[in-house]
Amino acid sequence: MVRKVSIGVLGIQGAISEHIASMKAALKETNTSGKVFVVNHKEKMTDIDALIIPGGESTTISRVLHKSDLYNIISKRIKENNLPIMGTCAGCVILSKELSDNVKDVKLLNAMDMQVERNAFGRQKESFEKPIDIQGFSSPYNAVFIRAPIIKKIWGKCKVLAKIDKKIIMARQNNTLAVSFHPELTNDLRIHKYFLDMV
Amino acid sequence: MKESDISKLRFGTTMLKKGFAKMQKGGVVMDVTNADQARIAEDSSAVAVMALERVPADIRADGGVARMADPAIIQEIMDEVSIPVMAKVRIGHFVEAQALESLGVDMIDESEVLTPADPFYHVDKRKFTIPFVCGCRNLGEAVRRIWEGAAMIRTKGEAGTGNIIEAIRHQRMVTGMIRTLKDMDKTDLHKLAEEYTQSYVNSIKTLTNQKIEKNTIVFEEYRYDNVLKEVVGILKEIKELQRLPVVNFAAGGIATPADAAIMMQLGSDGVFVGSGIFKSDNPKERAKAIVEAVSHYDEPDIIAKISKNLGEAMPGIEIGTIPPEQMLQERGW
Repeated sequence: MVRKVSIGVLGIQGAISEHIASMKAALKETNTSGKVFVVNHKEKMTDIDALIIPGGESTTISRVLHKSDLYNIISKRIKENNLPIMGTCAGCVILSKELSDNVKDVKLLNAMDMQVERNAFGRQKESFEKPIDIQGFSSPYNAVFIRAPIIKKIWGKCKVLAKIDKKIIMARQNNTLAVSFHPELTNDLRIHKYFLDMV
Repeated sequence: MKESDISKLRFGTTMLKKGFAKMQKGGVVMDVTNADQARIAEDSSAVAVMALERVPADIRADGGVARMADPAIIQEIMDEVSIPVMAKVRIGHFVEAQALESLGVDMIDESEVLTPADPFYHVDKRKFTIPFVCGCRNLGEAVRRIWEGAAMIRTKGEAGTGNIIEAIRHQRMVTGMIRTLKDMDKTDLHKLAEEYTQSYVNSIKTLTNQKIEKNTIVFEEYRYDNVLKEVVGILKEIKELQRLPVVNFAAGGIATPADAAIMMQLGSDGVFVGSGIFKSDNPKERAKAIVEAVSHYDEPDIIAKISKNLGEAMPGIEIGTIPPEQMLQERGW
């Protein structure tokens, strides 16, 4: 089957080029034809099949996103359930419905039935790398946690895919994937390929 | 499903340090001196704040020795905001750095804005868990700081002047030199690495009055031949990537949205704004405008719109009027 996908990476702030490089490599390795590009204007939203919200600073990304006209377009497609989205780290925060610390002005996308705690492991000196088990993956995945959030509670249709010490670090709800670490920083493309399968 | 246990954690790896810097890309780091300013910075969508006792313009005006900020001020700022907090140490002052790491700041700026502490060496940044950012005027300085373990490089510019010319000079010096690496062969790269590591050799010559051999320890526990080999490796990576192998921000003189945008168009990954915000007429509006300028650096319509009615920018200083001994960029090597 020949399929052609068009994947956007939200281009506000953070590890944008790293996600583009990882997703391009994932397309290549899975023999999928398609394109990966930065979404920073509403015109870029018209022909995308899927969106990646990268890691960065969640307050910065969510505030700038909310001020731009992209927020309403993305929200609408989430409601219509026709936009697969992967959010990593800050992106995971923005996909949630609730924050445990209830920061004012951080506008979420309300895409997943989950509550997220930001900087849940502490500050940068507590940032860490660790091999983790992910449901459906045959071998451990080296996950990079940088001032990472955790998914504190889930409900409804949200399903857990990975935990670390009872803390949820990866979850899926229909065609939306939340990852609290940074798959775009390593050469292991399994999470990008997993997302590609969801598209 | 198996639950991973937390026992096999690895902290302070190069991946984590460089990764932290990558998360700052496309953002603005703002200098702040108290919790109120930190709040304004976070509300303006800054990606991080730099906690200081005085902004560079005041350090310049006050003279005397400038040191690490009072940890009480840094702590107050850390308690106020959820974005990362950075703080400055004097060049070579590894104990100030140890203190900041213990305090829990997210990144250390080994900065020429403060009075240098060590005449021979910069901090061995590999020995720390948290990442460092360091200033540079040219590719040689950038490469030495990267070799020493810096996770992020910024232009030095000329801090506290509100004058962009030195930041542009340093950015162009770095990118210009990177372009010339393209046509260099192995021998040329090796020669350049020898030139770039000469400062370590000079320091050890002054300290020991010895002839330098391949196995001479030139810095901390590092042998000269290993330093040279690793610097060649960094140069090869730069030649290949045609950019620095770490995140590269602009700093030192950014006062307007257009200043921030020109640095982005010249290839910076983000900007530091020191005195430019809180020494201006309307810090809140200027801070927001500079953040927008970095997000939309290649959209002239937006730059024009957000530059309207911001009030007076910080008062600027013509570089030629600064006595040579007061040029902050000359500090470090």
